[in-house]
Amino acid sequence: MTIAYLALLTAMLTTATPLVLAALGEVITERAGILNLGIEGTMYAGAFTGFLGAELFGSAWWGLLIAIVAGTLAGLLMAVLTVTLGVNQHVAGIGTTLLLIAACDFTSRLKYGGGTLPQIPKFGQLFADVPVASQFLLTYLTFLVIVPAAWYALRATGMGLKLGAVGENPEAADAAGISVARVRYAALAIGGALMAMGGAFLSLAMLGSFTLNITNGRGWVAIALVIFARWRVWPAVAGGLLFAAVDALQLQLVVTPEFAAVPREVMIALPYLVVIIALAVSGRNLRYPGAYLQSYRRT
Amino acid sequence: MIPSPSDRPGRGDVPAPGSLPPASSAGSAGFPGPSVGYDVAPGPGASAGSRQPGAVPLVQLHGIRKSFGDLLVNDGVDLTLLPGEVHALLGENGAGKTTLMRILYGLTRPDGGVIEIAGAARTIASPGDAIGAGIGMVTQHFSLVGRMTVTDNLLLSRAGAGRLDRRAGRRMVAAAAERIGVHVDPDAVVEKLSVGEQQRVEILKALSRDCRVLILDEPTAVLVPQDVQALFASIRLLTAQGIGVLFISHKLGEVSEISDRVSVLRRGRIIDTVPTAGATPARLAEMMVGRPTVGVRRDDRDEAGGAGGSALDDAQPPAAPPKDVLSVRGLRLAGRGKEALAGVTLSVAPGEIVGVAGVSGNGQTELVQVLCGLARPTAGTVTVNGIDVTGADPEKVIAAGLGRITEDRHACVVGKLTVAQNLVMEDLPRFRRGPFGVFLDRAAIRAHAERLIEEFSIKAKPDDPISTLSGGNMQKVLLARTLARDPVALVVSQPTRGLDIGATEFVHRQLLARRAAGAAVLLVSEDLEELLALADRIVVIYEGALVGELPAAGADIERLGLMMAGQGAQSGAAA
Repeated sequence: MTIAYLALLTAMLTTATPLVLAALGEVITERAGILNLGIEGTMYAGAFTGFLGAELFGSAWWGLLIAIVAGTLAGLLMAVLTVTLGVNQHVAGIGTTLLLIAACDFTSRLKYGGGTLPQIPKFGQLFADVPVASQFLLTYLTFLVIVPAAWYALRATGMGLKLGAVGENPEAADAAGISVARVRYAALAIGGALMAMGGAFLSLAMLGSFTLNITNGRGWVAIALVIFARWRVWPAVAGGLLFAAVDALQLQLVVTPEFAAVPREVMIALPYLVVIIALAVSGRNLRYPGAYLQSYRRT
Repeated sequence: MIPSPSDRPGRGDVPAPGSLPPASSAGSAGFPGPSVGYDVAPGPGASAGSRQPGAVPLVQLHGIRKSFGDLLVNDGVDLTLLPGEVHALLGENGAGKTTLMRILYGLTRPDGGVIEIAGAARTIASPGDAIGAGIGMVTQHFSLVGRMTVTDNLLLSRAGAGRLDRRAGRRMVAAAAERIGVHVDPDAVVEKLSVGEQQRVEILKALSRDCRVLILDEPTAVLVPQDVQALFASIRLLTAQGIGVLFISHKLGEVSEISDRVSVLRRGRIIDTVPTAGATPARLAEMMVGRPTVGVRRDDRDEAGGAGGSALDDAQPPAAPPKDVLSVRGLRLAGRGKEALAGVTLSVAPGEIVGVAGVSGNGQTELVQVLCGLARPTAGTVTVNGIDVTGADPEKVIAAGLGRITEDRHACVVGKLTVAQNLVMEDLPRFRRGPFGVFLDRAAIRAHAERLIEEFSIKAKPDDPISTLSGGNMQKVLLARTLARDPVALVVSQPTRGLDIGATEFVHRQLLARRAAGAAVLLVSEDLEELLALADRIVVIYEGALVGELPAAGADIERLGLMMAGQGAQSGAAA
């Protein structure tokens, strides 16, 4: 049996991009103390609005911009629910996901009926002939700009310090003159934008169109990755790469004769199994952010 | 006046003493800028280190009013704080001290009244406003982010959005630490520090924002005696630098020691403001409580009589020491990281109160949990009245004759159930009737409740939901429930935490009455005064092990404090 390692690496980086973006967004919101279960819906909305934007304006860049706006709005919706209204974060998040997926599907049916959706202008790959390096610009941006910038911002800037304080001990942050609500709104907006970028990557780069269930649970995987990474940036990236590597591997194995007897469904489940095992192994003695799941009210 | 630290910008309005600064200063709350919006001009001849009666007051409160629902907690409070003075705010729990200070710090909004800072009226709607006005506060629950370093905690309030200058932050920590005469590692993670050190970080935080007014809310409640002395030394250094300190306390001894003036608060009103030098502790206590008080002590000490000492008068010291009723051997319990209990051995004889002293978090909670059947020890045995109850269910522990008063009284009641229902909760078999005992005898439950309410003078009706009771009355319900079963041994943890003087005296009297009746009492408390007043022997717990034992009579507080800090030598007998 031979594995095409270069192809594997190439596919891994591409597949990991939306996961890493979404996990990064979730790291930011959870560090502020908000579990954003709206992540799956936000990615889905990013994929759909990105597709709509690209079709409407004839440019993938316009699609990406509109997806970012949509993700920011989705994050702000979560913020209104959980920060301003103090709704239970599980309920608000699941509600947001259900609402956004249903709204996207509904709009897609209205606009395109039940038929196949049109192809849209999609992002091209850079260095198309070079193995591994032939990636979408967004993948380069994610790994070389967005991730290091987020890491630096969380670690070494006032924004990051305030974010961490709000998520650990909102009373202390409040007493230090920091607006807990403002920081959480900002975290959810930025996090939502990143999640939607991850979703838009699916429609604008990988697929060049939109299909129902395009995110296929990637948001939930990102949630697991964040816990696996213990709310740190680089381990979240590593987790995303691990999942993507197993996913790329199973795609290769499916077509190798040695594994012909293994049902395709088992192979598809493989990366998800890896996530579950990784969580089970690493998920003990976790220390959650101090204000995880808690809304803050000044007493 | 003050040797102003070089890093403090000298701008700000400089009003002449007694006159108001220009109106513009009132609105210029630099947020969260490093400068203070005012500066008091140096008065002629004012020497550093003494309070300056002629100077412009740092803070003046006029007619502060605040009510929560029907409860009036601040009823027209006036207060003046001068530069360089320690102004104590003395009062019982619920007198309104903390609310008043929270209003000054912008954590609570007043219903009415005026706050003047350096002679100018100011609206303080948030802690940010208070910080901008040069006010710092150390609350009872620290406002620190445990997982961050000391430096990051200090940077939190002044950081913008951009890159953090941690090097400057470390310098800031060092400079502030020097002002209070301590050394603090700027890179220490706060949650790894002791409580006393964390409190220092809180003070550093306030100083790093150039506060001129420092509010300390019951700062000594969590400290061992040595830390209290260190804190007082720091306070004296600060007042010498012209800072005004508002010191909240209900402990008379401390107030007498550290303050220049005392304001006594009772039921939301200032009873009087007096210079500390001329006020006797007895007079202050009377102002605070509204009546003369008697200390409740065990009877082998001097004053056994006095008003309300009825339970004490017939209390006799036990005759020949019989066998131990409560006995613990080699108790171990695993904890997070290190052992929560590392081999505790102790025994309590009938008619004896054994006090367990220690700084909170050294295994007291776990010891009580194991004794009460709430945690299963990893090694060791517990016997009550000769019956082995190691790791037994609470039901068996109670059946063996152990009465339990644990530290979290809210966890021991069901808030929505009535007083009567809570009173029988540990004793249901006695109130069953009907076939197979499937029904409860409600009439008997009610009668039982009425009897106990009378006996323990609980201010409630049998059908009141217990969540509506005050802390003192709730504690009386728990006492009544436990003592009604006439236990041979009692495990009592922090029985008077948060109670006012009246309720505290009642609880103390009840415990002494059980001692007189021959029960073995293990009393866990963080209040040294309480232990010294009630216990026959005091054992000290440190990091899950008993590190020393002293007879309470004539116990040396200094030595007790050292042992609580883990520095006392192993000792059997005491001086």
